[in-house]
Amino acid sequence: MKVDDPNIKWVSEPQLGLAGRMYLPLIVGGLTTTARHLISPKVTVSYPDQEPEISNPEIYRGVHRLNRDGQGRVKCVACFLCATACPAHCIDIVGIESPWEDREKYPESFTIDELRCIYCGMCEEACPVDAIELTSLYNLTGRSREEMVFDKEKLLSVYDQTKDKEPMRSPRLGGTV
Amino acid sequence: MPTVIVNGQEIEIGANERLNGIQVARRAGVDVPHYCWHPGLSVVASCRMCLVETGRRDPETGQISMLPKVVPACQTPATDNTVFVTDSDNVKAARAMVEEDLLIRHPIDCPICDKAGECYLQDYHFEHGRAERRADLKPFTSRRRDMGDTVTLFVDRCVMCTRCVRFTREITGTAELMVINRGAHEEIDVFPNHPLSNKMSGNVVDLCPVGALGDRDFLYSQRVWFMKKHEGVCAGCATGCSTYVEENQDQIYRLKPRENPHVNKWWMCDEGRYGFKHIHSEHRELLPRRLGDNGEYGTADWSTLTGSLMADLQRAGRLAALVSPHLTVEEAYLLCKLMREIDPEALLAVGPIPVIGSDEVFPNGFAIRAEKCPNRRGVEAIVAGFNRSESGWRDVLTQVANGAVQGVWVSGGYKHDWCDAATADQLSSASLLVVQDLFSSPAWDVATYQLPAAGFAEKDGSFVNVADRLQSFRWAIRPPSGVLPEGHLYWRMLGRNGLYRSRVVLDEIARDFIYFSAAMEPVPAVGVDLKVNQLAGVAAS
Repeated sequence: MKVDDPNIKWVSEPQLGLAGRMYLPLIVGGLTTTARHLISPKVTVSYPDQEPEISNPEIYRGVHRLNRDGQGRVKCVACFLCATACPAHCIDIVGIESPWEDREKYPESFTIDELRCIYCGMCEEACPVDAIELTSLYNLTGRSREEMVFDKEKLLSVYDQTKDKEPMRSPRLGGTV
Repeated sequence: MPTVIVNGQEIEIGANERLNGIQVARRAGVDVPHYCWHPGLSVVASCRMCLVETGRRDPETGQISMLPKVVPACQTPATDNTVFVTDSDNVKAARAMVEEDLLIRHPIDCPICDKAGECYLQDYHFEHGRAERRADLKPFTSRRRDMGDTVTLFVDRCVMCTRCVRFTREITGTAELMVINRGAHEEIDVFPNHPLSNKMSGNVVDLCPVGALGDRDFLYSQRVWFMKKHEGVCAGCATGCSTYVEENQDQIYRLKPRENPHVNKWWMCDEGRYGFKHIHSEHRELLPRRLGDNGEYGTADWSTLTGSLMADLQRAGRLAALVSPHLTVEEAYLLCKLMREIDPEALLAVGPIPVIGSDEVFPNGFAIRAEKCPNRRGVEAIVAGFNRSESGWRDVLTQVANGAVQGVWVSGGYKHDWCDAATADQLSSASLLVVQDLFSSPAWDVATYQLPAAGFAEKDGSFVNVADRLQSFRWAIRPPSGVLPEGHLYWRMLGRNGLYRSRVVLDEIARDFIYFSAAMEPVPAVGVDLKVNQLAGVAAS
């Protein structure tokens, strides 16, 4: 593009008036903001003495859980769609034939590397049977890297821990039971 | 030349070519969707997916008259002045209706279906089907029954294209599969107590356009979109079928036949298809070892081992090499060259040829060879090119036992036991015995140098099959750590620069040996026929 291109519109800086040149309106504006925050209610939480309140646990993206079906079995069918969707490649599944009559395939092992995960929630979006969900557990800590690789039992136990507080979303959102 | 008109585009076909609407449309760059038609099987026109409009152009006036209804393209021969229209509203509506009909009772279990990702039903539905389902039937599971040891049938996923039934009737001639019931209740099944158990049964899984037939070996082991396809050549027998090696992270999950009109058409046998398991066997030898002065084996590093191996070979005296028929042409050439460079009088012989049973030929001409090695012709030609006199591997063994030969290089790569205690006993009288093999054997146990070899999918090179067709391939997976493919080792020992390049070696071979001169040009995916040149050579002389 050349300088004399007719598509270029040249603009110049607006000239400041007297008040502008003295910075008065800006100083007043800034002090007003400061004064408003002095008197408004405080939002800072002194974690960990005080637990923050999660406004909507349904859309919060914390630690994963693997849901159980009506018979207490893992709901996952080992379709690998979460692993396919995962941009961080943190999900590793080994699928085999299921031992149950009514199910064809299930995960023999299902591990999520919680350290590698970026908590984007794509796995939850991709899941065709609503088996994987992100809970509102945010304070995830561990003493080693190995500890932070969650296997199937651990992910199911997250479900057991959180199912009362955060029931499975899928039935309410039109998914499978 | 007959002219066919596809969507207004004039296509010239050969005067003696017998093509149908699908094939001629493909030449025009138009894809006609189809399920039941397969170039290797008879035409039944039962799926109705390839419906097109057709007509005829009057050669005198140039006027085109169309048939009033849509007809299956697979059953419509393309002759001079035939007109095909594959993109009219009529055709699109017909395809959408066929798709809808096929999907009325098709279970929506794509997430657990092994075919998902390479399924015609998915692809065609995406392209030609309706966006929403009008029927309120929602089956989520499919009944399943095993057809035999290798194949399982998901009954409700089937679209009744009968490709598998025709395959067992026309290609293998065993006719195990059939259609039971009628109308909407049609199902594929086997006769009671007669399971699908022929030696090419795995092909029905490749033929199945949907997820109805599943490979029990591959079932649920990997989703297809994670795997990478590499063009390969089957090393199971002397037929040398063209294959695709499908792997993910250096783990082979399945082999599939690659279309090659000169070798295997569209098929491959089960022995070859499931014959990659030894590559991932836990019994494979993975570390190079050298017998120390104390009589114990010490592990060695390839970088230092190459030098000491070279020095030992130079010291050994008279050398001999058993060139395995599992080696590629390039590797056999480099090994022979290496031996002759160290000892110009080195004895070279083709290693033992594994022969199991007898050749099996199916009615359509597909053959499973008794010779269970991929490259006997190629290795024989190389060794014959280097040798002035013919000598078999048994002669070499006798010479070793006599003490006439001091250093022996044995290349293996065999899947099964190839060497007995007597052979090992003869070999052990050599002062230097180098054994390069996949698995340990009696010879391996008495070797001075134990060198792990690479499997067929781990190396670059070319094989020459039973019909003198040379096919080149690249590596599909990396060898396990500790294993150095044979070609790389020979290349290093010959003091060549850079990395092993099989194509450079093949160029050399094509220059040196008249048998291989057809491989001078780049080798196409279907391989080159080396016989053509031999005939030319005979004619010239």
